[in-house]
Amino acid sequence: MSSYNSKYLAVDLTSGKTEAREIPGRWLRDYLGGVGLGTRLYLECARPGADTLGPDNPVVMARGPLSGTMAPASAGHAVVTRSPATGLLCGSVSFGLWSLALAGTGYDAVVITGAAASPVYLFIDDGRVHLRRADPLAGQGGPQTAAAIRRESGDSRVQVACTGPAGESLARLATIRDGHRLMHRGGAGAVLGAKKLKAVAVRGTRPVSVADIDAMRKAVLDLNTGWRQTAAGGGGLEPGECLLPGSGRCHLPARNYQQAIPGGAASLAAECAAKGRLIKTIACPACPVACQHVYRITDDPHSDEQVVLDNEALAALGPLCGMFHLPVILKALDLCHVYGLDPVSAGASVAWAMECFERGLLTSQDTNGLDLSFGSADGLVETTRRIGQLSGIGAVLAEGVLRAANGLGQGSGEWAMQVKGLEMAGCDPRTQPGLALRLAAGLRPPTLDGRDDPSATAADACREEDLAAAGDSLAICPNARRYFRDFPAEAARMYTLATGMPLNPAELRRAGERTNNLIKAIDIREGWQRPDDWLPPRLFREPLDTGEGAVVSEKDLTAAIDGYYRGRGWSAEGLVPGEKLAALGMDDLREMLKGNRHGAPPHTLR
Amino acid sequence: MERRHILCDRNKCTGCMICEFACSAFKEGRFDLDLSRIRVLRATPTMLDVVACFSCASRPCVKECPRGALRVDEATQTLALDKARCAGCGWCLEGCPFGAIGMDESTKTIVVCDLCQGQDQPQCIRFCPQQALSLHVSAVAPGH
Repeated sequence: MSSYNSKYLAVDLTSGKTEAREIPGRWLRDYLGGVGLGTRLYLECARPGADTLGPDNPVVMARGPLSGTMAPASAGHAVVTRSPATGLLCGSVSFGLWSLALAGTGYDAVVITGAAASPVYLFIDDGRVHLRRADPLAGQGGPQTAAAIRRESGDSRVQVACTGPAGESLARLATIRDGHRLMHRGGAGAVLGAKKLKAVAVRGTRPVSVADIDAMRKAVLDLNTGWRQTAAGGGGLEPGECLLPGSGRCHLPARNYQQAIPGGAASLAAECAAKGRLIKTIACPACPVACQHVYRITDDPHSDEQVVLDNEALAALGPLCGMFHLPVILKALDLCHVYGLDPVSAGASVAWAMECFERGLLTSQDTNGLDLSFGSADGLVETTRRIGQLSGIGAVLAEGVLRAANGLGQGSGEWAMQVKGLEMAGCDPRTQPGLALRLAAGLRPPTLDGRDDPSATAADACREEDLAAAGDSLAICPNARRYFRDFPAEAARMYTLATGMPLNPAELRRAGERTNNLIKAIDIREGWQRPDDWLPPRLFREPLDTGEGAVVSEKDLTAAIDGYYRGRGWSAEGLVPGEKLAALGMDDLREMLKGNRHGAPPHTLR
Repeated sequence: MERRHILCDRNKCTGCMICEFACSAFKEGRFDLDLSRIRVLRATPTMLDVVACFSCASRPCVKECPRGALRVDEATQTLALDKARCAGCGWCLEGCPFGAIGMDESTKTIVVCDLCQGQDQPQCIRFCPQQALSLHVSAVAPGH
């Protein structure tokens, strides 16, 4: 008995054919599931150098091996594709009822290739697969699309992952909405839009069996009891604690990184914690932490319009845009759900436009009379809406800050706060060298709890990143990982109890390292070069306004990146040598990972 | 005479479904949430409750069963199913106004909460990480 089904669903939208295929046991052992398995499956069916918004950029949705079981915070899945924002591989995990439904279909992954001629949606009904017309859903917002598909299928158990109007219009900051939080960064929604795939609906009612259910029950009870003792007040986390990036521990960027708020944003945290607007804290399936803070959007106490606020969205749509008033932030976040926008990138794009407006590069003529100063409520909400509709200035911003700045010119790239084309998230790296390295060169997003050990070495960064990749492969929620007493040991044990395949903590890290190297090798194949691993100019030139005068030192960052490449066993140029692949047991992939054989580089990063 | 059933504190419930996982793991030996004897109801993402057999006084399920397969266990006041008699007709499901009875389609027998007889406490209560579930005991007037 194993929680693996050992098969994936291959969907070719061009021909409309779908097929169940075997997953080699070795892939499951080497890449576990989630981001790891998704990346391996991506490599299998992707054409090097393909246009990210063309039919040859596959999308892989892969469940974690623990999803569908009671392992803590494990109901997750990964979306892996090449990002239209960066041109590089992006793999993100999200959690909730959609992941649970996928686990119940009998497939470990769904691999979507090609492009449909007219809008369709995919409906995986246990073992049966349908491609249905989605013309009536075109232009519909996220929540409406989910409701319409549920109505059509006549079953409230049907879970929907969909792209919104922004994704259909190929906005590079479009996301996939598959739950209460918008987790998928890098423009995955636009990739679905380019395939004319409106949604992936799933009804999974099949049981999930595990290797040793009695031991798993005992281990889960033990873990959850431990969490209850550590979590504040016995029930979940206090609002504000899990909500703000590193409250009290890191500098929160404000006004497009022109300012920083030391110690998080106390006033914002207080407003977030105020009970009036916070309706309830809810959990994803099988999660004892319960970190999803549901807020009422309007002032009407009887309104059922609600949205789940998370720390990244709060930071980006809030202080980054000079906004400290919660109702406005919630309204903007709600629009991200409707239009299917990545709230972090949307917030960063608005912040960039606000700075352009204050510097006079954008005038009220460009914004159709809209006041786009920092802290302008109308400016934030209306611009978010325009990004979603790709109207007026929104059409420019929907491309992301890098492309918007390239279009506008006049030095606006100086304050385009992006790395490799993707808008930065979370804490300000100017006081945190470790964070600066992870943001510039890292392969997995750093956790936002603000920890930064100044004595941490490049080797520590590699280790932490490998563990993050392993966690994303097991699809255990990053918010919950810190509540494990010993994450590698306990996660590896859960894996063994679920799949029956022995795994020790060292092998778990190894699997994460393998995944990170595979991601890097694919990035290199797609044209990544060492200069891409760098931070926006502002962070080197403009010191923090908090009196500490900190900037990121170019010399230190270069040294840190050198050390990081060395720690990874890569060349000084950041290339993955063949020996490294061989040492990780990926010798057979060398041929597939060879340089882009299709002529011109697929994208321009700089 | 006592009436015993699972009670949920709706303010504490986060909708994590760990009760469903724990129930199906204990009763079925696998994670099959459709066979959980307790279910999380979501009217909206934040309006949550659970339903399991309420041990109601009128017992429409017992009355509906055409084969006499369901009876009330005198000692525990929970439902007892005679599996040999149950034909999976589903009349009890139709009769239960709470939707507390489920159907195992593979064996064509019904599943219903028995408060984990023989255990020191029901598994859902034991596993609930928010301590939202409890065993509610109330007196039932004799002769009811």
